Amino acid sequence: MSDMNQAMVEKYRSSFLKEVEANVEEGHWVKMCMQCGVCSGSCPLGPHWEHPPQEIFMMIRAGKREDVLSSSSMWMCTSCYNCIARCPRGLPITHIMHGLANYSKRLGLQPKNQPTAKFSQLFWNNLTKTGRVNELKLGLSLYFMNGIGPGIKTALKMQDVGLGMLKTGRLNPLEILGGHSIKDKSGLQKMLKKAFEIEEAKIAEYKG
Amino acid sequence: MADMKIGAYICQGCGIGDRVDTAQLASVAKREGKAAVAKEHEFLCNAEGVKMIQDDIANEGVNHVVIAACSRRAKTEAFSFDGVCISRANLREGVIWVRPDTDEARETTQEMADDYVRMACAETKYQKMPEASGEQGLTRHLLIVGGGISGMTAALEAAKTGYKVDLVEKTGQLGGVAGEMYKKYPAKAPYNVLADNTTGEMIAAIEGNGNITVHLNTSVTKTEGAPGRFTVSLATESGATKDVTVGAIIQATGFTAYDLNKLPELGGGKSPDVMDQLAFEKMVKANGGAIKKADGSDAKNVVFVQCAGQRSEQPGHLPYCSGHCCMTSIKQARYVKEAGGDATVIFDDLRTPGADGEDVYRGGQEAGVAFSKGKVNSVEAAGKGLKVNYNDKILAEDTNIDADIVVLATGMVPNSGPNPYVKLDLEMAEKDGNEELAAKLKAEVEKAPPSILNLMYRQGTDVPHLKHGFTDSHFICFPYETRRTGIYTAGPVRRPMDAHQAIEDATGATLKAIQACENAAIGRAAHPRSGDLSFPSFRKEGCTQCKRCTVECPFGAINEDEKGYPQYNEARCRRCGTCMGACPVRVISFENYSVETVGQQLKAVDMPDEFSEKPRLLVLACENDAYPALDMAGMTRQEYSAYARIIPVRCLGSVNTIWITDALNSGYDGVMLMGCQKGDNYQCHFVKGSEIAHIRMSKIDDTLTQLNLEKERVQTYEVSIADIQRIPQIINDMEKLIGEIGMSPFKF
Repeated sequence: MSDMNQAMVEKYRSSFLKEVEANVEEGHWVKMCMQCGVCSGSCPLGPHWEHPPQEIFMMIRAGKREDVLSSSSMWMCTSCYNCIARCPRGLPITHIMHGLANYSKRLGLQPKNQPTAKFSQLFWNNLTKTGRVNELKLGLSLYFMNGIGPGIKTALKMQDVGLGMLKTGRLNPLEILGGHSIKDKSGLQKMLKKAFEIEEAKIAEYKG
Repeated sequence: MADMKIGAYICQGCGIGDRVDTAQLASVAKREGKAAVAKEHEFLCNAEGVKMIQDDIANEGVNHVVIAACSRRAKTEAFSFDGVCISRANLREGVIWVRPDTDEARETTQEMADDYVRMACAETKYQKMPEASGEQGLTRHLLIVGGGISGMTAALEAAKTGYKVDLVEKTGQLGGVAGEMYKKYPAKAPYNVLADNTTGEMIAAIEGNGNITVHLNTSVTKTEGAPGRFTVSLATESGATKDVTVGAIIQATGFTAYDLNKLPELGGGKSPDVMDQLAFEKMVKANGGAIKKADGSDAKNVVFVQCAGQRSEQPGHLPYCSGHCCMTSIKQARYVKEAGGDATVIFDDLRTPGADGEDVYRGGQEAGVAFSKGKVNSVEAAGKGLKVNYNDKILAEDTNIDADIVVLATGMVPNSGPNPYVKLDLEMAEKDGNEELAAKLKAEVEKAPPSILNLMYRQGTDVPHLKHGFTDSHFICFPYETRRTGIYTAGPVRRPMDAHQAIEDATGATLKAIQACENAAIGRAAHPRSGDLSFPSFRKEGCTQCKRCTVECPFGAINEDEKGYPQYNEARCRRCGTCMGACPVRVISFENYSVETVGQQLKAVDMPDEFSEKPRLLVLACENDAYPALDMAGMTRQEYSAYARIIPVRCLGSVNTIWITDALNSGYDGVMLMGCQKGDNYQCHFVKGSEIAHIRMSKIDDTLTQLNLEKERVQTYEVSIADIQRIPQIINDMEKLIGEIGMSPFKF
């Protein structure tokens, strides 16, 4: 972490909660957690989390900015919604986890080589290019996510599935040439660019 | 009363007629029970059956009625006849419902029913109609000690009903702790906001109420008498005295905050910026909402430490939870937020009881109060401020937080008078020469607070305590009753509580106090035998002035006159009969409940000879829990031994050991005593009755040894009303035990 980032951490040490409330989707709910632990107990992946949701909320309140934002915890969420269904206080925990993941990525604090983070980026890149998801390209980029070697290996392993999909018309090989797109591709891209600028301006002061 | 004429009425309904020979029962009532009239009826509790009995009372001169039908707990409205003694033989719940409907069982079932008819006839023979004692007095006037929120509520509630009130307050103003509050929680939804303190309006209402006389700077110097006729002497600080006559007393003396100085590790007494909740409240009120340190500067960070010196097993700490402190801290943290500061509440378990509690907690979170689960280890000075070191229990780490002010949520210590029994126990220990115990009790007596009520009672000056100085009350069934009839405690002197609960508590206590006045006027008992008109009296020429009755009465009802004879004070009596059970010469009795009414019942039972293989088990069952449980066993068709003969008693405390001796002498093979749970978590409806009975029965072994009988033949049990399966089981186990040790040799 840069020195500047360190300074920001110090600045917001006592008010990381406020930062979360301002910048994280549904972040204003964090203060309402009553630490009962039902979310942590309900999470099917709970034992694999570095910090279960209840603990994440407490860490936010305790001002542990770096620990929270660089944690792999919120990237582990599978959106099963068990926690939301069970939270006695009605916290949208799943949404908060996604919000936290998104925010940490924005700040560039997400753990390196976190597969969910990587896949999310691939998906976003794929989608924003044409405004439509190109499934063939998405699949291939996923195969080659970890390099050429593993990519070829995975592709060979999956070739029967791919051919099956081809035969039943579930996969169009011509998509490799660019694929279908929405009508106003550049319009979408302009819109997204503007939104990105606004968001960036908003969190600029929090960035390291 | 004119000559006794017994009428026995045998019901054939609910299957009784199919299962037992009712003609034989009528004949038993006539021949053995000496009933002048014995009639069977197919449906005794219907209008026709009841009219038959009424006609006999009116035309035939029947004045003792035996109803052989269902349990004495059933159909009480149908079978209530004025001016006659009533005895019930429990043929339904006590016989046919607990026995199998088989040919083999028919004979023993009939024997059971026969015996219950004999017993009911024997009982009523020795009953008299209760007559007024002449002590009755009606005084629609209450004394309320304590002018805080509880006392003021009680005064206003009593005044609303037309009762006169004397409200005594030790300090120079009404309001108590509630008057010191900056803001309070609203009494109705929405609860997540703060409301203005309305204590001032309450004080104004009291001052403007013609039924209420306020005595400030006043204390009670002497209380004499009984419900309906208490004479209370009041003295002001200046020395002026005044006597008032009241019907009942409410003690609402409130609480004192636990002494902060006992918590030096949390900074108590070390810094003026470490304060208890009450001091914080006063500071905010004085500053009109601004949060200021002792040096006058603004406080930005306030840390609230929950469970300071309470819920702790450390010596000198309070072991209990005071119930209100979490809510109070949340409220005070909101003062800090409103003033623009930061507030953190460090809690172990955040407890916000009541319908409003969750909204209060949520309201605090919405306002931005920070909550941290942890245990505070120390509070120390750091620069100009304070540092709170604590263990974060969620993140499992030692950490700290800076604070300008630290508020310690210390607990409530009740403002009760001295526990009268410590002094009485001391006298006993000194008499017995138990020096070790005497020294311990003496130390306790010396540090006891001054008396509040100064009762002129044989058993001491104040209402007894249960634990930790809180006054005793039957927490489950009769929460407002203390162990001194006609004296009620309300508010935090009874148990820790917040202002809303204290208002409810005081309202309840006022209702009970009014009931006590009205009951005293007509000679009726208070809980749990409410409505009972009988009261104990004693045969003076037989009394040996042994004082056992005056010492053992759980309610301190009995005083002693100059010569040492007991004075029963009818209105103070709860009619449990513990005095009757205590009396070694058996001179104490109630008109309708005496050594004879029970003794004759157990002797009336037909005793088969030693070789009949039909043992007899006497069950003396407390009417409050054991007997209803036995009835419910019947309702749910739990079978138990046909050899058991059950006699309900008012309380196990009323069991006189002569009954046990008589039972063993007349050939019973086993005697079972069933009472309520005793000890600190007692369920005994007369507080000490069951405990005293257990102590007495622990000494019955000598009697058994003298008779050359096995000790196992007499057993005492603690049972609860829920023991519907267990009680039949223990009766059956006793029958089995008798089978093993053999029949009693005392059968004739």
